[in-house]
This record gives sequence, structure tokens and C-alpha cells, in this order.
Amino acid sequence: MDLHFGDSKPTDEERAAIDTLLGPPESSWEGADRSDADLRWARGGREARERRDLLLPGLHAVHDRIGWISEGALDYLCRRLTVPPAEAYGVATFYAMFSVKPRPATVLHVCTDLACAAAGASDLCAGVEARLGLGSGVSVERSPCLGLCERAPAALVVKAGDPVRTAVSAPATVERAVLAASAPDSAPEEPPAALAVPQAGDPSLMLLNRVGVVDPASLDDYRAHGGYTALRQAFAIGPAGVIREVTDAGLVGRGGAAFPTGRKWQATASQPDHPHYLVCNADESEPGTFKDRVVMEGDPYSLVEAMTIAAYAVGAHKGYLYLRGEYPRALRRMEHAIGQARARGLLGDDVLGQGYAFDIEIRRGAGAYICGEETALFNSIEGYRGEPRSKPPFPVEKGLFGKPTAENNVETLVNVLPILTMGAPAYAAIGTGTSTGPKLFCVSGSVERPGIYELPFGATLGELLELAGVRDRLRAVLLGGAAGGFVRPDELDIPLTFEGTRAAGTTLGSGVVLTFDDTVPLPRLLLRIAEFFRDESCGQCVPCRVGTVRQEEALHRIVERTGADAAADITLLREVGRAMKDASICGLGQTAWNAVESAIDRLGAYE
Amino acid sequence: MTVTSLGIPRRLLEFTIDGDPVRAPEGSTILDACRSAGKDVPTLCQGDTLTPKNACRVCVVEVEGARTLVPACSRKAEAGMEVRTDTERARHSRKVVLELLASSVDLSTTPEVAGWLKEYEAKPDRFGPDAARVDEQPRIDNDLYVRDYDKCILCYKCVDACGDQWQNTFAISVVGRGFDARIAVEHDGPLTDSACVYCGNCIEVCPTGALSFKSEFDMRAAGTWDESAQTETTTVCAYCGVGCNLTLHVQDNEIVKVTSPHDNPVTHGNLCIKGRFGYQHVQNRD
Repeated sequence: MDLHFGDSKPTDEERAAIDTLLGPPESSWEGADRSDADLRWARGGREARERRDLLLPGLHAVHDRIGWISEGALDYLCRRLTVPPAEAYGVATFYAMFSVKPRPATVLHVCTDLACAAAGASDLCAGVEARLGLGSGVSVERSPCLGLCERAPAALVVKAGDPVRTAVSAPATVERAVLAASAPDSAPEEPPAALAVPQAGDPSLMLLNRVGVVDPASLDDYRAHGGYTALRQAFAIGPAGVIREVTDAGLVGRGGAAFPTGRKWQATASQPDHPHYLVCNADESEPGTFKDRVVMEGDPYSLVEAMTIAAYAVGAHKGYLYLRGEYPRALRRMEHAIGQARARGLLGDDVLGQGYAFDIEIRRGAGAYICGEETALFNSIEGYRGEPRSKPPFPVEKGLFGKPTAENNVETLVNVLPILTMGAPAYAAIGTGTSTGPKLFCVSGSVERPGIYELPFGATLGELLELAGVRDRLRAVLLGGAAGGFVRPDELDIPLTFEGTRAAGTTLGSGVVLTFDDTVPLPRLLLRIAEFFRDESCGQCVPCRVGTVRQEEALHRIVERTGADAAADITLLREVGRAMKDASICGLGQTAWNAVESAIDRLGAYE
Repeated sequence: MTVTSLGIPRRLLEFTIDGDPVRAPEGSTILDACRSAGKDVPTLCQGDTLTPKNACRVCVVEVEGARTLVPACSRKAEAGMEVRTDTERARHSRKVVLELLASSVDLSTTPEVAGWLKEYEAKPDRFGPDAARVDEQPRIDNDLYVRDYDKCILCYKCVDACGDQWQNTFAISVVGRGFDARIAVEHDGPLTDSACVYCGNCIEVCPTGALSFKSEFDMRAAGTWDESAQTETTTVCAYCGVGCNLTLHVQDNEIVKVTSPHDNPVTHGNLCIKGRFGYQHVQNRD
């Protein structure tokens, strides 16, 4: 490798931010002043390049401290990690939350996505932008879903500094958002996570039973409420026993793809190549989804325990928790929980005195929906652009760092706890024959009690909406988020199972149930979905990179049109949509047309 | 005598392409098998000297049992596979991909694409006059080559050739995201401020003419570039002892560009700055 660096130098503060993460540089080969010894031998090489995965944490370190990434800071980070500056620049510009141009230290991210749009985000945005213009010291950015849909409209403040400060304003008014942006430290504390769980305290809950009941900071409280019995059970039955239980329980992935978890673990565990890795996908970015956030904020130790069990089953000693960058409170809670577990011997070299070593490292995303795609997430952790890889090979064979990897969603993992404590047969008896266990649903929009609901698989859409108190004049329900599909208000008898939604020609996805009344013009919603995919396409393959742009253009043209006036563009949308679905590399492009198609076909959006 | 390693004998896989039984050595791609069976599938981002990125998706084919279409250039053939190259579904995706490309970038110097647009009845104009285009001006910041990203289809070949697949210089990368993604050096600066060593190996692999010799760019601008009037003479580079083959492209008794044969075991199509650009002395007649 032939590295070339420009003349830009980091400021003292930028250097300090990077050195805090990486430690001081040991030689001029990685950015220190040149010593005589440096002239005699070259350091670096393979060892230095193996730290490439610290690139994203390094970019975060600079961004958190300064608020943007200058040429000097990027070059210094590249020297420290032996990364070509062009590649690092490609990585830094990939993420929406990073800026490579000077920007005020405070950024106010105002969510303009579906749930917030229906709750008046455009007025909020206009109001905030009018108040926080040039010279206010705050940059206002329109943001995709912030995962705060139960308190829409939402805004997130990030103020760079040492330490970085964050504040959430939700439900936000212009006044409250401006106040939070001007003084994030004195913004009112967020309401507890339990407020997002209308059923909180119900003893029959299996996944959310501790949310609102235990102190999320207290490991003792977690243990007093049944914590770590599942891990003891796992050690008692051994890794093969855990995989057998999970397989017999019929657990399938809750992130949207519904792949059998037991099969994934078995395939990973049986790979001869080592080491194995466990990755928890907490890059929850599907518009309308906030279940993983609530679990991590309300019951963080359950995820630590579940990850430990999963890693034990697949033979991994290192786990990564890839957490979306827009979740500051979940990050704090998980950091605290992992630290406590480590201090108490529940993570580390000898977990529970069983001679099994396991530890968890948190990696923070930086604003990229695509990084929720499993292979894009690997690239992101490894310090490359978060672009999906071609499959095969599948992650169980060649995943993170090219090694066998089991990657599971937060909700999938926490399901392992009841499976082990109650046993596979009892768990499999819940739900339907092919969709077993409890499921979390993220209900928001036009309902009295938005939030996360836990129901056994098999409940109907109508039952769920009744629980949430659906308001009158329901016009449409979006299942599965932007990548999902719309259903009509007269289809509320759809059973909320994987097979039931499939039979009804729609999808359960990650459990999003977004309800819209007739005050929201449907074409506007579709346009917002199209904008979302245009913004979030990674740009790797043509059908998605250009197709999402053409889709948005066509929807823009017909936003005020119906019938014959829209027919030509609908034909165009169908043709482009079909090619995106058939020829895109990953699920993003393949599903980018789903919601629009369902709105046209099921709801008659342009008739 | 040169000893040619034959490697371990490879098993032959039997499968079908468009209903016809074919046999291909294990490890072949569907595209390899198609080409040896005499069926051509259009490709843009695939290159004979690079691992395909399968980003362009014009080579998609239908494989029985697969949920989506698969890229022929990178999907390995498997025994018993049923491949169909010319179904309505595959042709539809190819047509739309060609339309999406032709409506967003300038394909005027992309070989073969005009024929494909006709073959697949692609109508790039149907996205309307306001369809977003990449809209870039040629970047002329050095004497050797021009980067005209208005012609770039983002196939990643230049990035791979500059990076770990050949040159190991890592001067360029894809930057930005989605439709705004572009090929750039660090901080999106001029080439002269970057790690570029001017080997020109990116030009060698560029499928669209987005990267070109300054000489070719200038002659095209002047309307004097005429490939039919050019001769190609392959010789050995005289600069050092490695023995790279050079192919001199000569028009009107002037060298207009230098390439290297891709099947040359020394170069695999790659050269250094001297072999690629150091030809002026040959035609210095003063």
C-alpha cells in the first residue's frame, strides 16, 4: 500500500479526540513527531492495517468533539490507522450524520418521516428553520425516522463537544425544539421507556415484562426479576442444547426476513473456520420501528444476557452490538449495562465462572438505513462503506471479518430468554403453528395509545388496533414500514403472522403498524417513502441508485393527479419497480417499490 | 522453457442454459459458461482482469428457484442449475437498467451500448426532460488524463484497479451515497493533490470512456479521433527489464494512446506511468 497524505494538519482538539480513542501515536509512521528510530525502521504494515475497523469509531470521535470532519482530522486519523485517505473520505461521506464541511457544533435533526409527517412535522420544520437561521449556531437537518414515533413529531439535538451532548424533544413544538437546541443540557429529561409500552406492568408479558418494572440501570434489580436464569440454563444444557431448544421453539428472525434462528446458529456453530462472531443488529432504521430502542432503554441487561447465550451457542467469544447513531439514550443504557455485567463477571474471561469467555463491543452507526442490511453492517463495522455484499457466500460462512457470523436482531435475541426459561415446547405452543412465540408491534400514527405492543402471533390487525385505540376515519395501515405494504381499513381481520400477512399479499416486516386517517393525503406519504429510499440507497447497483430517483420523480409528477392523468406515470412506476425488485443487489432496492405498489393496487391511491 | 502450472484438475459441472445441457469447470461463473456456449449476455461492470462488483446489473439472468434475478458475471455455476438468459423477466430488467443508465449519464463513448439499447427497445427519453442526470463537467487537472464523470456508470472498476486488485495505490474511492455517489480522490480535490501515480490502469478498465487519455479527449473534442484509422502495434516496453507488452495505438503516424494486452502474463493489462504515458520521445521529430 502506497499511502499519500496532504499537508493539512489536525487541530490540537481534533488530535486529542482521536488520541483519546486510539492512545498516543507510537512513531512518526502513525502520526507522531519523527524520531531517529523512525528513520531506521518502518512500523505499521499488517498490524496497523488490522485496526481498520476503528475508522468509524474514529470518525465518531472527531465528529462528537468538533461537529464536523476536517481534512486535517481525516488525514491524521488515516495516518493512525494506515488507511488511504481517499477510502476514509469515501466512508465519511457515506453517512448522513457526518459532515465533511464546516457546520455549527449543534445540529437539530427534525424527523420528517411518516409518523412525524402525519403529526405536523412540516410545520415544525418550517417553524424551527425560521427561528434557527444563519448565525443561530444551530444547523437544522431534516431527518429520516428517528425511532420516536410514539411521541411524534420528534427532534434530536446533538451538540458536539467534550463530552458530546444530546437531547430529545418529542413530542416537539417549535418552542421546545428551539429550547432544546439552544441548551441541550437543560432540556427536560426524556420520559421513561415504559411510557412507550402501554401494557407495561402486565405480568403476562414475556419480552416486555421488565420494562417499567425494573430500574434499567440496576443489575441487581434485573437479577431479582428473573435475570440470568436463562444463561444458567444455557450453561446447563450446553451450546448444542441451546440450538436445539431455539430450533424446537420455532423462533424465526424478527428483523423482517423471518429466517429460522436455530438454523442460522447451527450453520454458524458448525463452521470449521475460526473465530466465530456474534453480531446484534440494533440499527433499527425502518421508518415506524422503535421496538429495539424501547427494549434497550427499558431492559438493557436482557440484551446483554441474550447476546451471551447466542454467542455461547455459536461458539463466539466476541460480540458486536451495532447500534444506530440516532439512539443516544439506548447507547448510554447499553454502555452502562455492559460495563456492569463486565464488572460482575457476567462478561469477560470467565462468564458466571463457567470458563467461557465472551465480551461485547458497541459500534455506533452514523445515519445509514442500509447498514441494517446484514452484510452492509459488516462492512460498516470493518471500516468500509456500508454497502451490501453479494450473497452467496452467506454470513454464517463468511461474515464479519470474513469469518462465520451469526447476526440477529435485538427482538430475536431477547426471545431466547423465555425459550430457555420456559422450555421450547411451552414457547412453541404460543402463537400459531408456523409463527411461534410473542411478537412486538410498533403502533403509531392515528391511535390513542401509540407504543410497543406485545401480542402472541395470531392476533389480528383489528385486535391490535383496538388495543391501541384506533381513531375514527382510518384511511390506511402501513405494515412493515417503508419497505412494507399498505392495507385497507376493511382488512383488519388479517392475522398478524408471517404466513397470514403473506397470504393476504402483504408483509409483517419488522412489526411496524402505522395508521393514517384521511387527513393525510396518500400521495404525499408515498412521495415521502420514495424520498426516503432515494436518500438511503447506497448507490452501488443501478436499479436502486437510479430507479429510486425515477420513482420519486414520477410520484412527484402525479402528486396532484388521478385517473387517466396519472396512468402513464403509474405504468412507468410499475416497470421501474419490477426491475428494482428483480435486479437490485439487496433488500433495500428489492422492496423500495412495495409500499407504493400496494397503495396503488390496494388503496387505489390515484383513482 | 516456461513451465505453465496447470493447477489441480477441476470437476465439470453439468447444468442447463436455456434448456441446453452445458458443462463448465467448477468455479466458473454463469457468464463464463454462457460465453463458452456461444450465448452472449451484455455486461458493463464485468472486466476480464477484475473480480466483478456486479453493480451494473445488465447481465442478470433467471435461475430456477431463485427469488430474484442473479448477476451472471459473478454467480458461480452449480450442478443442476437451470439458467435462462433470455426470458421476458430478464430482458425487462436489462431494458430498464439500460434506460436508467442512458437517462442519467452520457453513454456516447460506451462500446456496444447503442446496439443493446436497440435490441432491448430501451427508451431512455420516457423519464421526461426533467429526469435527473449526473451532470458533471470533465475534470482536466493534469496533462495525462481526463475524468469525465458525466459518463461514469459507477461500475467500481477503476476503484478496484487502483486499489487492492491491481495497483495498491488507493487514490480513488466512491464517495457520497445513492444518486449523489461519485468517484473521487480524498476531499474531492484535483488528481494532482492525491495519491495518484498516473499509471492509467483505471483508464484501461473504464467501460464507458469516463476516464480517457488527454490525447484521446482532445482529439474527440476536435473531432479528429478516428478509431478506424488507427493501427495497433504490440511491442515490449524499453524502460526497464520487466518486459511489459505495450500496444501502441497510432493514428496519422502519431501515438495516440498506449494499452497493454489483458492476456499478457506480465501486465494483465496494467502498466506504469512510463509505459503508459512516456511515449513522447518516440515521436519527437525536432
